[in-house]
Amino acid sequence: MSSAASKRRVTIAVARKDLTIEWNSRILVNQVAPFAAIVMVLFAFALDNDGILQRVAPGLVWLATLFSMLVVIQRSFTVESADGALDALRVAGIDMGAIFAGKAIALMVQLFVLELLLVATAVVLYGVEMTLAGFCEAIVTLLVATVGLGSVGTLYGGLAAGARGRETLLPLLLLPVVAPVLIGATRATEAAFGSGGTTVSEGWPWIGLLLVFAVLFCAVGTVAFGPLVDE
Amino acid sequence: MDTVIELSGVVAVLGQFPALAGIDLAVQRGEIVLLQGPNGAGKTSLLRVCAGLLPIERGTGHVLGIDLATNREAIRSRVGLLGHANGLYLDLTVMQNMQFWASTVGATKSEVDSAMATMRIDGRLARVKASQLSAGQRRRCALASLIVRRAEIWLLDEPHAGLDAAGRDELDALLRSAVSSGATVVLASHERDRALGLATRTVTIDGGGAS
Repeated sequence: MSSAASKRRVTIAVARKDLTIEWNSRILVNQVAPFAAIVMVLFAFALDNDGILQRVAPGLVWLATLFSMLVVIQRSFTVESADGALDALRVAGIDMGAIFAGKAIALMVQLFVLELLLVATAVVLYGVEMTLAGFCEAIVTLLVATVGLGSVGTLYGGLAAGARGRETLLPLLLLPVVAPVLIGATRATEAAFGSGGTTVSEGWPWIGLLLVFAVLFCAVGTVAFGPLVDE
Repeated sequence: MDTVIELSGVVAVLGQFPALAGIDLAVQRGEIVLLQGPNGAGKTSLLRVCAGLLPIERGTGHVLGIDLATNREAIRSRVGLLGHANGLYLDLTVMQNMQFWASTVGATKSEVDSAMATMRIDGRLARVKASQLSAGQRRRCALASLIVRRAEIWLLDEPHAGLDAAGRDELDALLRSAVSSGATVVLASHERDRALGLATRTVTIDGGGAS
């Protein structure tokens, strides 16, 4: 079997395995999603003004996504280290780039579901309204930003996995790196929501920025994940 | 007989401390070699060197003809290392764990079924989450994954740990069967009497050197 076919097989196996673990444990549904919803409700309590909430809703959605993402990434690598599974994969000579891709895909799927929930929460809780064009732009923003967050999250999750104090190290390493995604995704979502009088067309350049970030970290992650985990 | 592991004056370092201090070792295909020595002697480090996980600082080493100094990553897919951890996903069932390992190496369903039957983790146990297994059952599951991966050299660190009497007998029979099929086994075990009965040769390691 060719190397490409082998990598594709491992990628699918790892992604399916991570999603099966989520399906079996229901951590996303029972813990992470309620946590994200609580964050959104707390933002509403803290700001307590419909006009302000509608204006800042995009930023709150993406902040809640980033906080929740930290929990999902920690979980993604805790299952690998609980009984030495990642070490076993490494020992078995399984292609680390394919493992990265599989884990990143599983993380992206979970993040996308979470983001849909958060956008729906913003619509219901903050009274956000969208046009059809805005809705389409919001979906594209979610997809592209999710690819970027999933790839950089997997890379830094792997980096922190073997480190002492990884629970506190991960946010410290990851949050500054994803600042461009927070900025780009928030601006694009503002355009999609029409927050502050913005128009849908103003969002596309920001989606371009998100795309560059996603491509960059997909490439960097595929190459760097193995050596980083090895160290 | 061909030599599958050949180490000469190998020095390996863990952090700042020497884990192996100039070890010489030659293992022929089909042998069952028992590594013995006190805790901290370097048995686990030696197994990790042979698996291509721990780099060598000095000396020369070849595993299955592959140079440890220049191409140790290539060794990993041809050897199976079972350390203190079992490498299982605790939120997956036994069957899901085995299917995952099988899909990473392209093993067939019949190979999975055969490995699970050999290690007695089929039937009702196949549907149990790994987190709910006893230590011995987890060990058997890990060994089954080693069978599925078709390793040419089995590097086993305390393989009998956690197994009941029947499980230990089955493991010994499995290792003899693997050897008769062309595999080679290097194991470190504190269960001296049982391991001596199994091994075809014993190597003593003390202070990072072999004798």
